[in-house]
Amino acid sequence: MNLEKVFFGFFILLALTLNFGFFVGELDNPDHHHAYELFAAIVVSLIATAMKFGERTQVGALLLASSMVADLQLIAAALVWGYALYISDAGMTAYTMASVVSLSGGALLANFASVILLIIETVMMPR
Amino acid sequence: MNSVIPFFLRRMRMPIIFLIGAYAVAILGFVLIPGVDPNGNPWRMDFLHAVYVVGYTATTIGFGELPYPFTPGQRLWGIFALHLTVIAWFYAVVTIIALIQDPAFRQAVKKDRFQRAVRSLSEPFYLICGYGDTGRQLVDAFTRRARRAVVVDIDPARIDELSVAEHPLFVPGLCGDASLPDNLITAGISHPRCAGVIAVTNNDQANLQIAISTKLLAPGLRIAARAEHDSTVANMQSFGTDYTLNPFRSFAEALELAFKSRAHYRIYQWLSGIPGIPMIPLEQAPPHGEWIICGYGRLGQAVHEVLRRHGIGARIVDSLPPTETYGAPFIQAKGTEAVTLNEAGVKYASAVFAATDNDADNLSIIMTARELNPELFLIARQNDRATDTLFEAAQVDMIMSRSRILATGILSLLAAPLLPRFLEEARAQTAAWAKELAPRIAAASGAEVPDIWTITVDEAQAPAVIHALRRGRELTVGALATDPQAWPQKLPVVTLLLARNGECHVLPPEDATLQEGDRLLMCGREGIDEWIKRILVNPKMLHYVATGEHRPEGWLWAWLRRRYKAS
Repeated sequence: MNLEKVFFGFFILLALTLNFGFFVGELDNPDHHHAYELFAAIVVSLIATAMKFGERTQVGALLLASSMVADLQLIAAALVWGYALYISDAGMTAYTMASVVSLSGGALLANFASVILLIIETVMMPR
Repeated sequence: MNSVIPFFLRRMRMPIIFLIGAYAVAILGFVLIPGVDPNGNPWRMDFLHAVYVVGYTATTIGFGELPYPFTPGQRLWGIFALHLTVIAWFYAVVTIIALIQDPAFRQAVKKDRFQRAVRSLSEPFYLICGYGDTGRQLVDAFTRRARRAVVVDIDPARIDELSVAEHPLFVPGLCGDASLPDNLITAGISHPRCAGVIAVTNNDQANLQIAISTKLLAPGLRIAARAEHDSTVANMQSFGTDYTLNPFRSFAEALELAFKSRAHYRIYQWLSGIPGIPMIPLEQAPPHGEWIICGYGRLGQAVHEVLRRHGIGARIVDSLPPTETYGAPFIQAKGTEAVTLNEAGVKYASAVFAATDNDADNLSIIMTARELNPELFLIARQNDRATDTLFEAAQVDMIMSRSRILATGILSLLAAPLLPRFLEEARAQTAAWAKELAPRIAAASGAEVPDIWTITVDEAQAPAVIHALRRGRELTVGALATDPQAWPQKLPVVTLLLARNGECHVLPPEDATLQEGDRLLMCGREGIDEWIKRILVNPKMLHYVATGEHRPEGWLWAWLRRRYKAS
């Protein structure tokens, strides 16, 4: 068993599951989406990105790219949330919540792609 | 770039993950710990403020307790968060510093910088393999004439020396084995601007490998290689190495010219010299009396061959018995002692040639021999350029410096591939011929080492000439050497050779007519070749130097001129 592979798979899967946990629920209902979950998803996604730094294989490069997409989408979601709460006068509306959640939905797709790539890499590895 | 960034990121993986983790824990703590607002109501920090507070404590800026004064619980967490994040930053910074000092990382950065420098070269450059005495002189000569060069050498000390040497142009240097194809590719052998490869390492085998790699990787490139064994020369020529240079043979050929006459030797020195580097004038022609050769290695043997051809007797002194002396008497000794030299008959000999591969021995032989017989003609072999001043002070008649012979030979071959043909022809000419030519070259170059160049009458180099010839005009060799500003005055150049269909005409007369495909070898003052190259491409200039008339510009003026001439 390769400990590095365990960590790698752990963070990639965790990024996906946390992201999914935040995403499920009614799209525009703030009660269904918790800020802590978004925070956890961002942190795990960032760690997953850092773990892929310096990969030189083709699949490694794709993994890095997909998890950078996830980071970007999640941070954008957090920024929209912060903007709605503190800067805009309207506060958190159903409309803003919907855009936060749909941004995280994009990240979910990217994380999903990461997992698929990870599976492909594992299957292709000679045993 | 391809190796530096992945290297950096791989090593930074752990510090970055630790940093992200530390920030995450600190932020989460601030969000979770309950606080109190100024009115005494319970309050919880939101993510925006938590990120803000951790951000400025981690970087040790410390704006204070925002947005409300902290509770003791928050402060307790603050102590923990502060230290955790600062340690994370230190870890990252220390890793970066360790990385910068890592020799492997530095090597990667250097290689990367070198590759970028080579890739960005936009002018033709020569790839010089080996930065010893010869390589240094070549780089000097190239950069002084504003030509680019790239250096590969196996010795890191030499590459360091290159980077501190004050060349007029930046010369990228790679530390690596030039006989490995990868290093040649890194050094730009397949770069579209690479003009040629020069293999002057001190190892025949390496030079051979460089030549082979060049022929395989970049078949169109010209390659000049140093080869000190006849077998290497034959091997290199078998697969089409453009120029092979054996310094010992070159010296023997120069000596042959010196035997012809002093003027012959002076012409040779001028044509194969490096501009700016002074040369030793030959005060007297080498004598035809008995010679003593101290050191019977490759050089001694090559010189002995020349002597035999001239029917000159020689005595050989060497510490090891040679396999073949061709009947010359042999003395087994070092030659540095008076006893040995006396035994070799130094009192009655007319010349001593110190040809060992040790500079101190050579100087010792010269000094001892001069003491015993002040009338001797002395030739010394110089192996190391660091002893330049010593050999200058020794005031010998001829110095055989391997690195100088190689550097000058390669430079003149690259500039003028016809030069060996000319020198070969010159050997067949009489002393009177040389005595007549020497002042002409001196007049053209101002008694300095002249520039030497080759002109090919073809579409690429001389479109104006080709155009005129195809229209039936007659052009002479003399016309090309006319001053394009003051017809019929001549430019200070000497046309040394006209090569046509494999035939060579030495010193073609002024009225020799040009044909398509002709090649001309010319010499003259530095920079004059620019004028001649301009004549070759500019039809107006060509018309003027050929006829002395300014060709009318524009159709109207041409028409008026024709009418005026007709009337």
